[in-house]
Amino acid sequence: MNYLFDLNAFLPGVIAGVAGLIALLIDSYKNDHDGIYGLTVVSLIAALGLSIIDMFGPVGEAWSGMITYGGVSAFGNTVVLLGALFCVLISREYLKAIEHEFGEVYAMVLIATSGMLALASANNLIMIFVGLETMSICLYVLAGLIKEHKIGAEAALKYFLLGAFSTGFLLYGMALLYGATGSLSIPEIAQNASSNLLFIAGAGLLLVGFFFKVSAVPFHMWTPDVYQGTPTTLTAYMATASKSATFVALILIVSKMLPAETAEWSEVLEVIAIITMILGNIIALVQDNIKRMLAYSSIAHAGYLLVGLAAGTPEGYSAVLFYLLAYTIMNVGAFGIVAYYERQQGLDFTDVNNYAGLGFKRPIMGVMLSIFLFSLAGIPPLVGFFGKYLVFAAAINADMIALAVIGVLASAASVYYYLRPMVYMYFREPHKDVPFVQAGITFKGTLIVLTILTIYFGVAFGGLHDLLASYYSGDWVTHLTGN
Amino acid sequence: MISIDWYLALSAILFCIGIVGVLIRKNAIVIFMCVELMLNAVNLSLVSFSSHYGNVDGQILVFFSLAIAAAEAVVGLAIIIAIFRNNFSVDITQINLLRW
Repeated sequence: MNYLFDLNAFLPGVIAGVAGLIALLIDSYKNDHDGIYGLTVVSLIAALGLSIIDMFGPVGEAWSGMITYGGVSAFGNTVVLLGALFCVLISREYLKAIEHEFGEVYAMVLIATSGMLALASANNLIMIFVGLETMSICLYVLAGLIKEHKIGAEAALKYFLLGAFSTGFLLYGMALLYGATGSLSIPEIAQNASSNLLFIAGAGLLLVGFFFKVSAVPFHMWTPDVYQGTPTTLTAYMATASKSATFVALILIVSKMLPAETAEWSEVLEVIAIITMILGNIIALVQDNIKRMLAYSSIAHAGYLLVGLAAGTPEGYSAVLFYLLAYTIMNVGAFGIVAYYERQQGLDFTDVNNYAGLGFKRPIMGVMLSIFLFSLAGIPPLVGFFGKYLVFAAAINADMIALAVIGVLASAASVYYYLRPMVYMYFREPHKDVPFVQAGITFKGTLIVLTILTIYFGVAFGGLHDLLASYYSGDWVTHLTGN
Repeated sequence: MISIDWYLALSAILFCIGIVGVLIRKNAIVIFMCVELMLNAVNLSLVSFSSHYGNVDGQILVFFSLAIAAAEAVVGLAIIIAIFRNNFSVDITQINLLRW
């Protein structure tokens, strides 16, 4: 056994996990927030650099087949680390402003990130379970950060009870799959897959557990409550990094473990995708609280991502990967600007009515929020448009015309609620003049970088798209025809 | 020797009792106990499959699931204490600030 090779294959996760433990240690001996913040940023940048290099490197298995490295996993790690890094950069100022900056926040983010990296690289059900739970338990803690307020504690309780409940289903699914195939390794399960009741029940329960975590309808009830009660920048972390990691694991499971002949998995995903897109977008139309609106929008985006998965083709999977990057960039940006407004005293800036006149008062922030919301709505030439285009094109090429049509219509309806804050910002008179605190240089800089990325990947998507498509060429094709 | 079916049936029954408990009970701590019951029912399934196949993978997953259930209990009880400090009750029907 070559331990150095194994360590190298999972180095980003090891860096994040070790840095999280060191951060906890520093926090318990001396209350040095600057040091912990610096350590967090440096370790996330190092891990991000390594996983970007891995994206272009070889693909394989390590730790006796427990994890995969390179290819899809490396891209998933990159998206997770990008989300984590940007959220940490905007969190510091926001958490200081609401007086909830603790060293443990950074430690929890780092440990949750290492869990997400394990999840996105998993090649064994044990790894999926441990990664998913490492991530979820840290997120329960972050959801309850504002524990003195009733809303914060309530969000944490709802997240915790429903999350633990869904864990039960996930684990029972794993147990039944183990019973049906006699193995917990994803490739071995695929080899021994059959269409008997035990296998189908196991895979179904496993998918239910995953649908809870990615907040697909009808398992979405916790999402808006949790997103509203959590501090806004940490909501951004929850909405982007955890969803990306879970979706990458879902891609690995659907593409490697569930052969089409055992059951019509693609139809299951199709039905869930349709109800998720429709319900998420319709309920978002009537939300006045902008954080709840973004929560329902994130449910709807889970629906678009499931469209790509339901297509079940290499094109669909690479479209989902691209969409995850797009979703992470634009959602962290949108939540970041909401966080900036929300920390101002005097008015409750989670209510969309209070956005009246903000566009002229804070022009740069207003323009950036408009760009992120346009991108979420899928308007060209921003990154959200190209992500949606790829996902729906994959569905059409897989002969799922109805699915694509419903998706496009739902996405057209979503423009209404994305434009609503902009109408208030630019076409309504402010009710009350409140003093505004300037944003710090890191906060503003991070949001500007996110805006540039939103525009850049919307215009120059070609290279990235080719790279993602190349992950599914080669032995992937023989794997498909071999079945 | 008792066949594996009996162990699996017991595990399925315990799992269903856990689900029903989560859905009908009102006290957050009792709901949490029902979740633990679900996890332990699954552990029983895993151990019996593991002994049936004579392969230790299932038992390894049981160790991880025990450790994770312990971590979950720590966080969960802390959250329930935070709720009690705010509401002086852990009845989930009274925890209803957030809806729709």
